[in-house]
Amino acid sequence: MITPHLPVLQVVLPLLAAPVCVLLRNGRLAWLLALVVGWVSLLIAVLLLVRVLDGPPLSYAIGGWAPPWGIEYRIDRLNAFLLVIVATIDAVVLVYARASVEREIDPDRVYLFYAAFLLCFTGLLGIAATGDAFNLFVFLEISSLSSYALIAMGRDRRALTAAYQYLIMGTIGATFILIGVGLAYMVTGTLNMADMADRLVGLTGNRTVRVAFAFLTVGLSLKLALFPLHLWLPNAYAYAPSTVTAFLAATATKVSVYALLRFTFSIFGADVAFEVLPLDLILPPLAILAMFVGSLVAIFQDDVKRMLAYSSVAQIGYIVLGISFASLDGLTAGIVHLFNHALTKGGLFLALGCVFYRLGSVRLKDMRGLGQRMPLAMAAFVVGGLGLIGVPLTAGFVSKWYLVVAALGNGWWPVAVLVLASSLLALVYVWRVVEVVYFQPAPREHSEVREAPLSMVLPTWLLIGASVYFGVDTSVTVGVARSAAAFLLQAPLGAGP
Amino acid sequence: MIGDALGLYNYWIVIVLMMVGFYVVISRGNLVKKIVGLNIFQTSVFVLYISMGWVEGGTAPILAPGVELYSNPLPHVLILTAIVVGVATTALGLALVVRIREAYGTIEEDEIHRQDEPT
Repeated sequence: MITPHLPVLQVVLPLLAAPVCVLLRNGRLAWLLALVVGWVSLLIAVLLLVRVLDGPPLSYAIGGWAPPWGIEYRIDRLNAFLLVIVATIDAVVLVYARASVEREIDPDRVYLFYAAFLLCFTGLLGIAATGDAFNLFVFLEISSLSSYALIAMGRDRRALTAAYQYLIMGTIGATFILIGVGLAYMVTGTLNMADMADRLVGLTGNRTVRVAFAFLTVGLSLKLALFPLHLWLPNAYAYAPSTVTAFLAATATKVSVYALLRFTFSIFGADVAFEVLPLDLILPPLAILAMFVGSLVAIFQDDVKRMLAYSSVAQIGYIVLGISFASLDGLTAGIVHLFNHALTKGGLFLALGCVFYRLGSVRLKDMRGLGQRMPLAMAAFVVGGLGLIGVPLTAGFVSKWYLVVAALGNGWWPVAVLVLASSLLALVYVWRVVEVVYFQPAPREHSEVREAPLSMVLPTWLLIGASVYFGVDTSVTVGVARSAAAFLLQAPLGAGP
Repeated sequence: MIGDALGLYNYWIVIVLMMVGFYVVISRGNLVKKIVGLNIFQTSVFVLYISMGWVEGGTAPILAPGVELYSNPLPHVLILTAIVVGVATTALGLALVVRIREAYGTIEEDEIHRQDEPT
């Protein structure tokens, strides 16, 4: 009865809950509502994934207006997988949020925090679910605007300048996307993605099409923080409240990667991207630079949150590198890493949130000897760190394995060597933290410091534990990712079933 | 040739506005001026969308007897949404500037950087 409406419920539920949060005017109730919505969204996302994995894509016409005239929500294997990622992170982070947010946000602003959080969640789900190019822009702005507000809620005043900088760069990126969508509309006269893909067939030489795709690529690269367009990311992640950092690091850039995949493979087609336009020459060098520059800069950070933020720049490099191969193995590696990195980095930032909860700081010099004081949170950090390096039995190993396989499959063995070399850099910055945390004596004033509350440690271990689980049992993640990659490569959207 | 170039004058204006706005965002250190630049940049895209809805010989898209040819109303409607987004962005940006001014006592980028330097 309700199942046909699942695609739209996925997005509308958090959207409606956001104003309710504002009306509640009570932090605790707002949290409870957000939590319930988060877990219901996860249930919906899982139901959707199960349905599309053994069936054709689901199409939902908003308001009963048939596509391509009305707005269509279209759930296929790729975005169903993404919906599950976003909803999982949201559900887990919200369990964690209560204690962390009470500590970091003014009590009279907590309900507004959850309203903005739900709007951000809505935007991310909307980008994933929609089958309409302009609708994607609108959801992108919903999620971006609310994330600027969320970042500005950080305690440090530099959170304000970080949010401002992100607002400027994010808006330029979004406007580029708007230009790209407009130019594509000029050529095709449609905004529906599947219809657009149909009409773009045979227009690969059209200059407007090429310009449209170029604008979209640059705009999305800004949003997904591809080197050298990553400048907004380190400060935004470093100064945002811990909960927001964990949520955004695990989802926001991943959703932009999805949008890039969607526009590149499903709408314009790989031949526009990789034959007419030289993305195969542009993306791999940038991705490799991101891997090295991000990791190198991370080594020299004293604020561990900033360190992980730069490590995110590097990890996005791996994802983009996988995509730029444009092969089945490469796309599988990119999509698997998207999932694995969301778990790993989400878990790592949650572990840091535990530290911040107790110490009010995540600078290296304040974290001396924390291994004895907060054994669970620090152990989670170490396991997550191993995942960043790509040690076997962690999820990070699986994605790097597929990345190397894909590189060798393309005959690019120097790239495979570079992937391995950059992993060693991750070892250096993770070791810096481990050395300080485990091998240096705790300062005397920290004798009061204890483990963070269970409601924070448990979600942290849930994500870290999942990252280990999916490092051992790869059948689910790799299976879904391969199926999504095959779906992307088979043909542009319109020609699909 | 020249006629073609002049006939597309909307698009020339779009390009000029876009570059002016972009330049202001990059070159100005004053946070409010950056937002104004961003606004000009976004406005150029609004003009781009509105221009593409134009149909040669078409009239305003309002049903009227005896009129066969209308211009395309869809880009106009789309840009209404984008204008709303632009207003929201400007409001949020200015709100951030107000709070930055409260926290730092200045809205000049270089002075803010200088204040954050010693940390």
